[in-house]
Amino acid sequence: MTETMIVPGTHPQGVTPVLEVENLSVTFPQSGADVRAVRGISYHVNPGEFLGIVGESGSGKSVSSMAVMGLLPSSAKITGSIRFQGQSLLERSDGELSRIRGKGLSMIFQDPLSALTPVYTVGHQIAEGLLLHDKKLSTRAAALRAVELLKIVGIPSPERRAEAFPHEFSGGMRQRAMIAIAIANDPKLIIADEPTTALDVTIQAQILEVMQQAKEMTGAAVVLITHDLGVVAGNADRIAVMYAGKLVETGGVDQVFHEPAMPYTIGLLRSMPSMASTEARLVPLEGRPPSLAALPPGCPFAPRCPIAIDDCRKAEPALVAQPGDPFHSAACIRSAEISDGTLERADVFPRPQPVAAGIPVENAGAEVLSVNELVRHFPLMKGSVFKRQIGVVRAVDGVSFDLGAGQTLGLVGESGCGKSTTIMEVLELTKPQHGGIRVNGIDVAQLSKRDRLKMRKDIQVVFQDPMASIDPRLPIHDVIAEPLTVHGVSRKEQQRKVSQMMELVGLDPEMASRYPHEFSGGQRQRIGIARALVTAPKILVLDEPVSALDVSIQAGVINLLADLQQQLGLSYLFVAHDLAVVHHIADHVAVMYLGRIVELGASDDVFNRPRHPYTQALISAVPIPDPTLERSRRRVLLEGDLPSPTDEIPGCNFRSRCPLYTLLPENLQQRCKDEDPSLRALEGISVACHHAEHDVLISTGTEGQCR
Amino acid sequence: MIGFIIKRFINYFVLTAIATLLAYVLASSALNPAARYLGRNPQPAPEVINSILDGLGVNPHVPVLERLWTWLSNLVMHGSLGMTVDNQQVTAVIAARAGVSLRLLIIGSIIGALLGVAFGVWGAVKQYRLSDQLVSYASFTVGATPTFVIGVILMILATGLNGITGHQLINFSGEYTAGLQGSFLVMFGDRLNHLILPTITLSLTAAAGYSRYQRSAMLDVLSADYIRTARSKGMSRNRALVKHGVRIALIPMSTYFAYSFALLLTGATVVELVFSWHGMGEYLVSSVQQNDINGVAGSVLFASILVLIAGTLSEVVYAALDPRVRV
Amino acid sequence: MSMVEEAQVLPVKSEVSKRQARPSSRARIIFSKLAHTPRFWVGAVTLAVIVLWSLFGLAGYTYNAVGLDVMAMNTAPTAAHWFGTDQIGADLYAQTIVGLRKSLIIGFVVGPVSALLAGFIGALAGYLGGVWDRIIVWFIDLLLVLPALYILIMLYPLIKGGSWVIVMVYLAVFSWMILARVIRAQTSSLRDRDFVKAARFMGVKTSTIIRRHIIPNVSSLLIIDATLGVGAAILTETTLSYFGFGVQPPDVSLGTLLSSGTGAATTRPWLFVFPAAILVITVLATSLAGDALRDAVDPTSGANRD
Repeated sequence: MTETMIVPGTHPQGVTPVLEVENLSVTFPQSGADVRAVRGISYHVNPGEFLGIVGESGSGKSVSSMAVMGLLPSSAKITGSIRFQGQSLLERSDGELSRIRGKGLSMIFQDPLSALTPVYTVGHQIAEGLLLHDKKLSTRAAALRAVELLKIVGIPSPERRAEAFPHEFSGGMRQRAMIAIAIANDPKLIIADEPTTALDVTIQAQILEVMQQAKEMTGAAVVLITHDLGVVAGNADRIAVMYAGKLVETGGVDQVFHEPAMPYTIGLLRSMPSMASTEARLVPLEGRPPSLAALPPGCPFAPRCPIAIDDCRKAEPALVAQPGDPFHSAACIRSAEISDGTLERADVFPRPQPVAAGIPVENAGAEVLSVNELVRHFPLMKGSVFKRQIGVVRAVDGVSFDLGAGQTLGLVGESGCGKSTTIMEVLELTKPQHGGIRVNGIDVAQLSKRDRLKMRKDIQVVFQDPMASIDPRLPIHDVIAEPLTVHGVSRKEQQRKVSQMMELVGLDPEMASRYPHEFSGGQRQRIGIARALVTAPKILVLDEPVSALDVSIQAGVINLLADLQQQLGLSYLFVAHDLAVVHHIADHVAVMYLGRIVELGASDDVFNRPRHPYTQALISAVPIPDPTLERSRRRVLLEGDLPSPTDEIPGCNFRSRCPLYTLLPENLQQRCKDEDPSLRALEGISVACHHAEHDVLISTGTEGQCR
Repeated sequence: MIGFIIKRFINYFVLTAIATLLAYVLASSALNPAARYLGRNPQPAPEVINSILDGLGVNPHVPVLERLWTWLSNLVMHGSLGMTVDNQQVTAVIAARAGVSLRLLIIGSIIGALLGVAFGVWGAVKQYRLSDQLVSYASFTVGATPTFVIGVILMILATGLNGITGHQLINFSGEYTAGLQGSFLVMFGDRLNHLILPTITLSLTAAAGYSRYQRSAMLDVLSADYIRTARSKGMSRNRALVKHGVRIALIPMSTYFAYSFALLLTGATVVELVFSWHGMGEYLVSSVQQNDINGVAGSVLFASILVLIAGTLSEVVYAALDPRVRV
Repeated sequence: MSMVEEAQVLPVKSEVSKRQARPSSRARIIFSKLAHTPRFWVGAVTLAVIVLWSLFGLAGYTYNAVGLDVMAMNTAPTAAHWFGTDQIGADLYAQTIVGLRKSLIIGFVVGPVSALLAGFIGALAGYLGGVWDRIIVWFIDLLLVLPALYILIMLYPLIKGGSWVIVMVYLAVFSWMILARVIRAQTSSLRDRDFVKAARFMGVKTSTIIRRHIIPNVSSLLIIDATLGVGAAILTETTLSYFGFGVQPPDVSLGTLLSSGTGAATTRPWLFVFPAAILVITVLATSLAGDALRDAVDPTSGANRD
């Protein structure tokens, strides 16, 4: 990269930035072509500033920050300059860098499961960081300080917890421990690489809160790397958007979110399903990022850009300041037209028109799937010499719902709530432990083997991970045709149906002989959908169908699902943890907590006026990709983690975390302790809370609902 | 943790006990104890042979399960493993020979494990560099060479060395020099000298296997997130690899040790045969050659007890290394 | 009756694509990876040379394995006797080739056969799960308590006087256990994979699932271990034969040759060194090729992570 880069952003007089990155490039030599993961990026972070770096997988956002930390594998070729507090980092030896890492510069990693060493206690691992940088510190003093740090990050009974091993911590607690390690030596800069991606939404809200506290306490600057625009909207001061190894837009959080000047940013913002809006269709961002090993000349986004012109394909545009705002830069030759309104942002990525309904659903709304008091308990065994049952895991504990023809029921909840177990029980099509499952009015417990096989035609499944749900060794024709092989369909007929299905889901039938690894994640999920549809089912069970996909890919798949439902009159049982997605696609929604449904009703009713305190907390924890909205609302934070499903909790099982419970007078609390609430009708929805009428959480203003 | 180890011990105990009993049945049916007497000149009368075999408790005319029962009850009630064909107590033979095998096994496995772990870690850290390639090719070559060939080659080299120096620098025949008299120190030194080649042979074979396994266990750990975390705290790469990496990569090694113990026993047996050591492995072989069922059963029992100890030991090490199994 | 057909959402524009016959692309990736691994070439080429040599090495050679050259006893390698002769004038070159043939046959039969046994038993245990799994694993562990060599030595009276084929059978019977455990672990993790679950929810039969999804996904492991098993079988056979418990005279294998050469190892080294070197090279070649295969199949090896 020979082009000169302008360092954009605020440069208060006389203040040295904590971090200055200039023209940084990272290349990984490969046998074929070198992978240019980062291609000449420049940015800086001022003291105490919160910078959000946003990008999809493979955009180079993690690689660039690992380069700052000096933690890339030795095979990586790094050029440019990285200055931390004025001193250059790139030429330093591992020993010299070690004195800076953890002291001035610290990092929080994505996966709290694997980021802590399993064989040392959490307290030891925190104390280790302290001892490395303070030779005079005694081991005992370090251990005491570690306990103190655990307390700061909000871990209950820290003295005891410091002695525990990482596997005895929940995911959220491990991430708190990671933050404790990161702030141990009062660093000047904390880099957080997707710190909440692996966590549930209520835990994510807790962790973001702890990070803000940590930032205030230490006065450190924070660089938050994420793919989730919502996460940075409420926290960051400035945003940098990365695409294909380059910064494509930087600026203040309000500028970037409200007046994006780069089409990629516009598309990304418009493609996200938002809790704040329920447009009929999402705006898809078609195509996929280019391979970093073989970049064509010109703007790397041009192939996906709806407003690309010939000049875009000639030379790669540099990041230049926007007229009228020196702190807002974009790398697009048409950004001036976007800024001055010649090009409407809404027209750059127009919202697609809804497709016409195919056939009217016969007896629309009639029950196609009915689950009644479904129970699935797993025995929990313990004992080393003689196994004995010490309890039951109540994975599914009396779940009832109905799914109407042509409708979508969203099943939401955090991990461990039993939503996946519920659908697996449904898909078995056998007699459950307790309760009943009826498909098209037929009780599955009564089915003969042959009838059950026939029924499998009517109910099909799409799994979460398109990598895992497709056998890598079969060409996709065989993948899609597999359900047909069971029902004795002729080879010729199979081929006809496969190409028909591929057309239907937007894949070229010419590709039927290719193998799964030749397809992108989004395409593979389309293969999964085609396979599910090939038997012309009436019910589709969708197990987190978009959560493994990048944001820009998600919208296309969600639109496809919506279109297919319109055209084919399908009924969806849609399981997801992403409330925004469910809000967008579901007609009805069931919120699950610890194996139970705690709230059930029409999607709009539940999302606009949640009654159960858990639903309220869940909804308020979802970040909204709009800085103004994010700042104005306040959250209902849940205390602690999901209790173990083996615990016997008398009364209401949400009591231990319930924000409403703590606000109730004692006489009302008593009922929560004594009586297990069951679902009851309340103004058109069903809710399992004794005190759902108490709008304390809303009326006292401790929480602002999202619209 | 105690419960975990007890459970594993019981599991191993049952396995080794049944394996020993099965081996007894196998030896009783495969070996022909009468053959030894049939070839004698003059040939003893069939009644005489019968009574000798009855005395030993190995008469093939008695059902094998009955013989097994007698053998087992003798073991439990009297602590006796029966008599050898040379009219010695098998237990006495074992007592005389056990030390020889244990000396070889313990020293050989410790040195082999240390070398294997060191080379494995080294190879992983220097993956694809020249030193890794050298270590890899060396361990492949050793792995492709039968133990007896290594032993013979070492003997050829030692003979050459002795010839060049003109002194009997390295002794390798037997466990000690027969008829040597002298102070305790001289005798001890002589035994140590005889240990050199057999120990090298056994350690080399063991180290070759361990180093391959340790290398791949260490490679899994190298890219682990917690190494990155340790470095992000301010730990240098090498220190993080030792404190956080090797510690974890040793966990699968403890399991591998139990599995590879059979290989170690095989190796020790071969070494005993090659260097004419009178250990338990050699005893098994000569018992088979002499159709001595009690001798075979005794040496199999000895091996089983070692397997039981090694298995339990590896579980103890596993539980000590990995807090996740300490329930 | 299908809703999809009635709807006719989109006209099917193109004809059903002709399925081109092309090799599995995964296999192609593995081959290209292998092609870039020098270890594989060293191993495979060496092994091929050795096999060819054992087949045609005696063509045009004056002496054979049984004849004695009484005029040349105890000679070091010469132009006539390439590897020299022993004390009764037997030609070592000819004997080595005959022994090598036997060792190679034993290796190439025992390796794949024990891999097949392991694959069958391991996949069965892994897919059935539950009680069957525990019984099979317990049985495998039982067989693993005592070293296979001990059992084979105890079986010696049954081998004595018999053909070397019996040795081969016994070797195959006692060398599948560890691999079976590996296959079992692999299979039971496959069983929980989504694509197997998906097939189950489609109503695909268990036997079809095993054939279509399980076997192809563990086959690479089987191929690798069949390769490594060749070398392992040759090693066990030579060790057994060296101590007189394996191939019995007058049959010749590398083990029996080494056994008779050991006594003269220091005085007439050719009697020991030539067979030993060929043995080591053969086994080394199989383990290099097998190890390179393992690296090529393992998707995580050599990956540069983000």
